[in-house]
Amino acid sequence: MAKEKSVDVISRVKESLKDKIVSWEEKSPRRYYFTIKKADIVPVAKYLFEKLGARFITASGVDTPKGIEILYHFSFDKEGGKVVSVRLLTPKQKCEVESITPFIPGAGFIEREIQELLGVKFLNHPDPRPLLTSEDWPRDKFPLRTDYRDTDFTNEKEENK
Amino acid sequence: MSNQRKTVIPIGPYHPLQEEPEYFELYVEGEKVVDIDIHIGYNHRAIEQIGQRMSWDQLIFLVERICGICSTSHPIANCNAQEDLAGVEIPERAKYIRSIVGELERIHSHLLWLGLAGHFLGYNTLWMWVWKYREPILELFEHITGNRNHYAMMRPGGVRRDIKEEDIPYLTKVLDEAEKKIEMVTKAALDDPVLAVRLKGVGVLTKEDAIKYCAVGPTARASGVAIDVRRDDPYAAYDLVEWNVITQEEGDVFAKTVVRLLECLESIKIIRQCLEKLKKVKGDIFVKIKKMPPGEGKGHHEAPRGETFHYVRSDGSNNPIRVKVRAPTYVNLPTCKVTVPGESIADAAIILASIDPCYCCTERMMRVIDKRTGKIELDGNDLVRFSQEKTRKLRKELGL
Repeated sequence: MAKEKSVDVISRVKESLKDKIVSWEEKSPRRYYFTIKKADIVPVAKYLFEKLGARFITASGVDTPKGIEILYHFSFDKEGGKVVSVRLLTPKQKCEVESITPFIPGAGFIEREIQELLGVKFLNHPDPRPLLTSEDWPRDKFPLRTDYRDTDFTNEKEENK
Repeated sequence: MSNQRKTVIPIGPYHPLQEEPEYFELYVEGEKVVDIDIHIGYNHRAIEQIGQRMSWDQLIFLVERICGICSTSHPIANCNAQEDLAGVEIPERAKYIRSIVGELERIHSHLLWLGLAGHFLGYNTLWMWVWKYREPILELFEHITGNRNHYAMMRPGGVRRDIKEEDIPYLTKVLDEAEKKIEMVTKAALDDPVLAVRLKGVGVLTKEDAIKYCAVGPTARASGVAIDVRRDDPYAAYDLVEWNVITQEEGDVFAKTVVRLLECLESIKIIRQCLEKLKKVKGDIFVKIKKMPPGEGKGHHEAPRGETFHYVRSDGSNNPIRVKVRAPTYVNLPTCKVTVPGESIADAAIILASIDPCYCCTERMMRVIDKRTGKIELDGNDLVRFSQEKTRKLRKELGL
């Protein structure tokens, strides 16, 4: 029974979001990925979280040659534990994404984390303070970007002394 | 926010009596907490970044070091992710061994929490007893894995060590004794009038808030959200044995305690069935993963505190290009924003402790130098003292 239901959820996602899904990938059983345009994240996340009752697991950012890629992982616990990841790409020149925290408070921490470690600005985040780095951390250095070097930081610090 | 006129009580970030660095700002009016601010970031070790420089095999050892209590939950989650990426199914015998190690860890972690909760409430007898019952479990770990903690039992594609046939009677004996003790503690704790007054109706997390804050594990299950990765997305041997997901509806600290205690008994049930199967199922304990293909993998494991989620990404080379770790406390901690306000300062310590926070799991990514030199008027030690005094007063009132 659980299996039939799970097929339902995935086809519902495909059907309702078909004008927003750019590409769909079924990696292995119960693991799905789909790409959307950056501007569509709020309606897509709202649909998955509020309409379908998916649980927001976390988001993860990766620095790729094309820009910063953000994956939002959602889990359908009651429909066979499917994990669906929503993928979007934001260029480094205009690194901003609309925040999903206003309607998913559980995303507050991770968006703050991505903001300070990968330099993606989350628009309309209710509490955009840095989460992990100390107060004197330079706000233009993003440790998880590929062009970040530990040594830059230490040298600069020593020069300042 | 209009927090300027309220008194601020900082707790942390460093104190000899706090187990881990953490920093809370409680905004109080009189005795009542009206708002709370959570600061994390004092425990960073750049694990995600270091992980990108490791080989796939080394990565398991690295993530095992994320946490000292639930040290096998990160490796299980990471192995699940790597196996998803490589498209590998592990041998049946390895599945049972994984479940046994995972559940033994749940028992010792829940007992550890119960002991600490007892200490926060001024029940030091409970603390000492429970930790005494936890000890045989750790000795058992040393016997079958070689270590009391950091067992290094998991490897991508299976497990590293077998559980020997001749060790099974010893395992069963320890479990039988643990079961008796846990049942005894459960009865003693749940029937205690003072514990009931201290914990019932305190720090209530409603079902709506649990869903909104995406809470996981016992924190969610105590609020009536029946999610458990072991049942919902089965891995290891969890779909091959019979067991129940424990839920409570109340959402208060008492419900969280009940969930954890009953879960220990469920864990014993799972381990017993796995041991029975181990006697029959023979064969390999791992399959070799020759080459990691390019792509992505997602894996999760129900750790004692809730779902641990790992995401790995490969470009086909010997090391991952991205490792993402989401520990359960990362989503459970923000629920304190709704559970603590409205309660008294004396109750704050136990509510903050009720999610079983684990900061070394929550923060993994980079080094942080703390330069905060604010004067601390009240610290975690004072809070524990307040909480213990309240219990003492209650006891006197109840004539115990």
